[in-house]
Amino acid sequence: MYKAFLIKYGEIGVKGKNRHLFEDALCKQIRLSLKHVDGEFLVTKENGRVYVEALSEYDYEDALEAIQHVFGIVGICPMIQVEDEGFDELAKVVVNHIAETYPDKKITFKVDARRARKNYPLNSMEINMKMGEKILEAFEEQGMKVDVHHPDIFVNIEIRSKINIYSQEIKGIGGMPVGTNGKAMLLLSGGIDSPVAGYMAAKRGVTIDAVYFHAPPYTSERAKQKVVDLARLVSRYTGPIALNVVNFTDIQLYIYEKCPHDELTIIMKRFMYRIAQELAAKSGSLALVTGESIGQVSSQTLQSLAVINEVAVMPVIRPLVSLDKQEIIDISEKIGTYETSIQPFEDCCTTFVAKHPVTKPNLKVIQKSEEKLSEKIDELVKTALETVETIIVE
Amino acid sequence: MQVYFDNSATTRCIPQVREVMDKIYDEDYGNPSSLHMMGVNAEKHVKQAREVLARILKVNEKEILFTSGGTESNNTAIIGCAMANKRSGNHIITSSIEHAAVLEPMKFLEEQGFRVTYLPVDEKGVVDLEALKEAVCEDTILVSVMCVNNEIGTIEPMEEISRIVKEKNSRAYFHVDAIQGFGKLLLYPKRMGIDMLSVSAHKINGPKGVGFLYINEKVKIKPLILGGGQQKGMRSGTDNVPGVAGLAKAAQIAYENFDEKQKYLYELRGRMLAGLSQFDGVRINGVTENGAGTMAAPHIISVSFPNVRSEVLLHALEEKGIYVSAGSACSSNKPSLSKTLLNIKAPKEVIESTVRMSFAVSNTDEEVDYCLTVLKDLIPMLQKYVRK
Repeated sequence: MYKAFLIKYGEIGVKGKNRHLFEDALCKQIRLSLKHVDGEFLVTKENGRVYVEALSEYDYEDALEAIQHVFGIVGICPMIQVEDEGFDELAKVVVNHIAETYPDKKITFKVDARRARKNYPLNSMEINMKMGEKILEAFEEQGMKVDVHHPDIFVNIEIRSKINIYSQEIKGIGGMPVGTNGKAMLLLSGGIDSPVAGYMAAKRGVTIDAVYFHAPPYTSERAKQKVVDLARLVSRYTGPIALNVVNFTDIQLYIYEKCPHDELTIIMKRFMYRIAQELAAKSGSLALVTGESIGQVSSQTLQSLAVINEVAVMPVIRPLVSLDKQEIIDISEKIGTYETSIQPFEDCCTTFVAKHPVTKPNLKVIQKSEEKLSEKIDELVKTALETVETIIVE
Repeated sequence: MQVYFDNSATTRCIPQVREVMDKIYDEDYGNPSSLHMMGVNAEKHVKQAREVLARILKVNEKEILFTSGGTESNNTAIIGCAMANKRSGNHIITSSIEHAAVLEPMKFLEEQGFRVTYLPVDEKGVVDLEALKEAVCEDTILVSVMCVNNEIGTIEPMEEISRIVKEKNSRAYFHVDAIQGFGKLLLYPKRMGIDMLSVSAHKINGPKGVGFLYINEKVKIKPLILGGGQQKGMRSGTDNVPGVAGLAKAAQIAYENFDEKQKYLYELRGRMLAGLSQFDGVRINGVTENGAGTMAAPHIISVSFPNVRSEVLLHALEEKGIYVSAGSACSSNKPSLSKTLLNIKAPKEVIESTVRMSFAVSNTDEEVDYCLTVLKDLIPMLQKYVRK
């Protein structure tokens, strides 16, 4: 029945001269998202509006869901699209639409017509009046009334080469289109937090690349597959993600051999940051994104974060920094990553985690410990960078 | 080199079996319940499979009930028997180291008001016969004990169990979960006093999704799966003709030159045990003896190396092409220790470091030696890096 969608966008409408860039990014993201839906779609922008038209048979629910995953959209209006076969035919379609869409007719309405094609025999005002009469004729007895100031529904009629009719608006996800705010490297672990962090960074228009630290045989193929699965779930919002899998085993074992055990996690994370930054620089990412939240675990106390952050030369975006665990879980359930995140596979942080890790590390002490790694660590990091496996997840 | 030492998890479905199945999928694909020739041809395969299996167990072919596999066989035996005999009593006995396909039906029956006794086992995993003697009473309707424990390979004293049960209560039935034992041991239910016996095809180089339950004709039992009344109403559902034919073929092959095959498996096991004994602090769980006549099944070794977590060793071996299974599902956020290992009083560190190796006749001495060589490299390396 609905052949098209009118896409309403929020913040990008106010971005002045850059507006067309934002609209183009939005169209691109809609197209990417619809690639996963059977059917052919045409996404166009026209006079400050974006339209999605189905060119073939398609599944309405699937298409709607795909569009609902695109950042930058505040409202989605499913539209009926008809050829111009005269006003009386049009009125029949409109009356039909109302009959089917609103079972309870005790509502108020207002017809809102726009005549973009100026050779249409009636002007906008005339369409409003005449269509209003037709609707009243059909439903007045059932209690339907006109209210031009605060109607329950707007019956929108757009006269273009074809005629669009819509009266409903479904809420979009908000945010800004991915691709309008640069690119960042997400540290993706397989837990609950990092996919949510990726989602939230992307919500502000940031394109996401990801890095995962794999430590075979201490972490399994399944743990890696889980991270790929998570990246795929996040990519429904962000578009394709380049997932870099770093083999971290030798670095981890070397740190284990040389450094005090209770500092292991802190030092490991400092090397993860360093490696992630190298990869980020190579791929044009401008920042790191992590799922850290103050105080959640020993390596996320403010003291620990400060010591870890000391190696950062790029901004580190921590979208979850002040969220409680439950708040993070709620978002992960909403975006559909929770079920996958809680599968019980080891990640490389837990494998060697000390029974009593430091919670208030001292930067000077940590730096001193890292000096013990000087002999081999550069070589190990270089090898890790050279052997990165990059998986394009979409 | 690829070495598959996880044959207790499942086995390769061998070509001879697939050939039999393929032919049926391709030619005799009729429904045995159909009246026409195609149905008759399909039915022949089912009948023949029944004959083959009955001959192996030395039972009547009427006493073979085809199922979807080991789990369904166990469920049918336990729940079906309890439902049919609840007027005679509400007490059931089993061991504390049974597979989940036995323990979960038991839990279900407890919820239904049955009383279940879980027999303790000794440090080798052998059921405590004194406890059994004490447990059997007037109310006992069913005793279910496994033939071979799936984690440590201990053979349970089935004949003694049967004798004790029948002496104290001749009406109580004895069920044996033989999913790890069938094809590896000679099993004659009638001679051994076994009333029901569960078997799965995919553990003996047959196809997945098929198995059978031997049910002595005097056993009162109710079906679990209701419908079109196939298999005399005991298990409705269109017969899995290719599956049961494949199962019969696999069983036939497993019991051809049986003594030779069993001896070969014991030799492989012995070779591995000898090699493993060279490692410092290594522990074999269950029965350390080897050979026919011992309490050890010919194809299972449960081993732990101190300070090497099972999952890590499993993945390290995997990198060298060797596939084993972890003695216990262990992970940082969901520690669940193996029940069998807990019940043989293995310490927590041992349980967390246990792997199971399980052999098939297709395994070779070279594979055992390769595995030992790899372990000699890996174990000291892995022991260096422990969680402190």
